[in-house]
Formats: sequence, C-alpha cells, structure tokens
Amino acid sequence: MSVVEEAWAYLTTADNWTGANGITTPTFDGGWSWANDSIIALGIEHMLMSFAAVSIAGLIALPLGVFLGHVRKGGTGTVIASNVSRAMPTLALLTLFAASSIGFGNNAVIIAAAIFAFPPILTNAFTGMSDVDADVRDAAKGLGMTRFQMATKVELPLAVPLIAAGFRITTVQTVATVPLAALVAGGGLGVIINEGIATQRYGQVLAGGIIVAAVSLVTDAALGRLQKRVIPAQLRHDGRVKAAA
Amino acid sequence: MDAPDNPWFSWQYIERNWDEEIVGALTKHIELTLLAVAIAVAIALPMAILARRVPRLSGPIMGFTGALYTIPSFALFALLAPFTGIGRTTVLIGLVMYALLVLVRNIVVGLEGVDPNVVDAAQGLGYSKNKMLLSVELPNALPSIFAGLRLATVSTVALVTVGVVVGYGGLGQLMFRGLQSDYRAQIMTSTLLCVGLALILDLLLLFAGRLAMPWTRTGSRRQVRKARERNAV
Repeated sequence: MSVVEEAWAYLTTADNWTGANGITTPTFDGGWSWANDSIIALGIEHMLMSFAAVSIAGLIALPLGVFLGHVRKGGTGTVIASNVSRAMPTLALLTLFAASSIGFGNNAVIIAAAIFAFPPILTNAFTGMSDVDADVRDAAKGLGMTRFQMATKVELPLAVPLIAAGFRITTVQTVATVPLAALVAGGGLGVIINEGIATQRYGQVLAGGIIVAAVSLVTDAALGRLQKRVIPAQLRHDGRVKAAA
Repeated sequence: MDAPDNPWFSWQYIERNWDEEIVGALTKHIELTLLAVAIAVAIALPMAILARRVPRLSGPIMGFTGALYTIPSFALFALLAPFTGIGRTTVLIGLVMYALLVLVRNIVVGLEGVDPNVVDAAQGLGYSKNKMLLSVELPNALPSIFAGLRLATVSTVALVTVGVVVGYGGLGQLMFRGLQSDYRAQIMTSTLLCVGLALILDLLLLFAGRLAMPWTRTGSRRQVRKARERNAV
C-alpha cells in the first residue's frame, strides 16, 4: 500500500477520529485527559491550547500596546521585541521551559506560544494607535475631549483594523506553533505526526500533516472573514483601512 | 540525597563537548541555512521577474506563496517526509520553500516600487528590456531585496531547529537531546548559539547591503551636517 493510500485509510477510519475508547481517557489521579488516539480530542485540545496562549498574550499585549501607542512612546521597544522573537527558535523556548520548573507538557507549550503571540499584538496595537492622524487628534482636543476620551472614542476605533490584523496573524501563528507540543510530551494535533514518525507509519505522518495544514488554512480563512466584520462600518470604505487588510 | 546539580550554564559542558558535539551541530546548522537561502535566491529571482513580466502570473504566484506560508513548518516536514525520507533532504526542501516565499514577495514588491520616472528615463535612453532589468530595475529594488534576504535568513536559522521532527535539526538536535536527558546547560548553550548565529548573519547581510548600495549610506553625522550647510548656501 502506498503512503498516500495509507494516509487515506488513516483519515477514513472512524476509530482514528473518535478514539478506540472515546475521546477522553481517565488519569491515575481520578481525573481525565484528552485521548491521544482520537483526532477530535487532539483537535479540541489543540484549539484550547491555542486559545489559552492567545488570550494570555492578548490580555497583556493589547492594553500595553494601546497605552504605549496613545502616549507614542516605546516604539523602539516594540520593534526590538518583534525582531528578537523572530530570531528565537520556538523549539528553544519550548525546551527551555520544559526543562525548567514549569516541566513537560501543555503548560510549557502554552507559555512559550503566548510569548511568541505577544509581539504581533503589541506592534499592531501600537502602530494602529500612534498612526492616527494628528489632525484627527487635534479635532478631538478642540471638541474638549479628555485624554482618556480621545484614546477610547477616537484613537481606539481607528486602530481596530490593525489590531484585528494583529490578532489574526498571532492566532494563525499560534495554531501553527502548538503542534511542536508533541516534542515536549504535550498534546494537540502534532501528536499524530510525532507518533507516526516514531512508529514509522508514514501514512499517519502524511495524514497528520494534512490535518494540521488544513486546520491552519481554515483558521486563517475564518479569521480573515471575522477581521472584515469587526472593522467599524464607517471605516470600511475608507482608503486607510486597505493597508491593514 | 540531594538532586544532582543541573545548572543553566556550564563552561565545563562547553569545554568537554566543543569539538565533537557543539561544532558539529553548529556547522550543520550554518550549512543548512546558507544552502537553503542560496537555493531559494536562485529560484526566487526568476520567479519574481516572471511574475513582474507576465502580470497574469503575478496573482497565482503571490496567492500560492501566501497560502504556503500559512502551513506550519511542522506539518510541511510531515507532508514531505513520507516522500523524501527522514533527514537532510526533507529539512532542506522545507527551508527552501519558506525562504522562497519571503524572497519572492520582497523582490516583487521591490520591482513594483521602482520609480516609473526612472524607468521612463531609461526607456528614453534606448535601454533594452534585459539591460533595463539588470542595470535599472534590480539595483533600484535592492533595498527591498536585501530586507527580504535578512528576514529569510533570520527565520531560516530559527526554522532549522524544527528539523528535529525528522532527525536533522542542527542545533535543535542538541536542544532536544538536552531535554531528553534533562541537561539544562546543553539546551541553553544551543539556544544562545542559535540566537547568536541569527544575529551575526543579520549583521553581515546588513553590511553587505551597505556595500552593495552605496547610495543608501547616510555617512557620519558631521558629513551630513556639512553637506546640509553646503546646500543651504
């Protein structure tokens, strides 16, 4: 049987989706965990891990970027953050965390992914806020707005397209990073690939690759649609928004 | 009994393993990076020029490269491994593909950004299409090309480590081995080498870019001020 046929067989076997014993397995301490032999369970785990990482990064990076962008300070810092994160291999951070007191497993992955999710959100929030036209700010000041009102009612709505783009980039990147969890004994869809390589079942490796690639492409497409929706209606036909799309 | 010492950094580890382990992994890492970027440049240039010359191909080429970039490296290695086997070839193909995407985009953007007046002037001087490309369009696109080259190189250095999946990850191999044997010094050393390598290659390309584009050099502050004073008079 060729590799492609094996992959097809793997993908069309119902047990591989639902798991031989359901999508959860009991753990020794009486709890439960996602079953490692079910694509659905691994997929749900994958999404939960990605969601956790993006949420942690967003909770810190978004307010920080919005604030720094409003006061227009720290631009160099945001550039350095994104450059360093590009040179830093994901695997390095992942193995460093797994070997530290955080330990093996999903926590190390979520923290590492959150750190890599940080720069795009920060940079885009900063750029979106600080790029607001000086004339617009002037007009807001002339209307007697306080600094807080200007930030929340004028600058923030104008920054929404860039902020949304930042979240899309970050989320797609996180969904693409989480498969590495399999290398540090974590869960998620990478497990399918890693297990396939370890047991030399290349049909399963190919199937895993197809699933992970498909999940990434679908996430990107879905967020692309969402991104268009969150842009305030008044801005949609504005030339300025084009740059963010 | 106390747990054995597991420091994050150890000169002893570096001294004892420098010759065989560290230099070996570092050499493989550099070799893979340079080879991948070189091959990617060789393919990206004609592709980008084609996209520029034949506008009908531009959309598909850019769309294809964009979609490919969304596919995680981990998945790409998994898609390739069944056909190209475990090891160097698979990693190299994956690396070339990602570098290619960054380069094609930057070269196309650079070529599109050439001032139409400059092209017009060259046309007026009777430049042929090829001469225009070599002596007008490409030099004008150099800043964007070098930016792409730096980006591609830095991300390739980081990406090599994912090659661990198929057993050929350069310094990533050391990180992974350090993790398996719970040896922190090994992980930290390979991480620092990896980031350092990216930084050095980035700086080298920055200087190479300055040499290749003398017109972008602004010179020292004093020279700039003097030039300004001269212009003011």
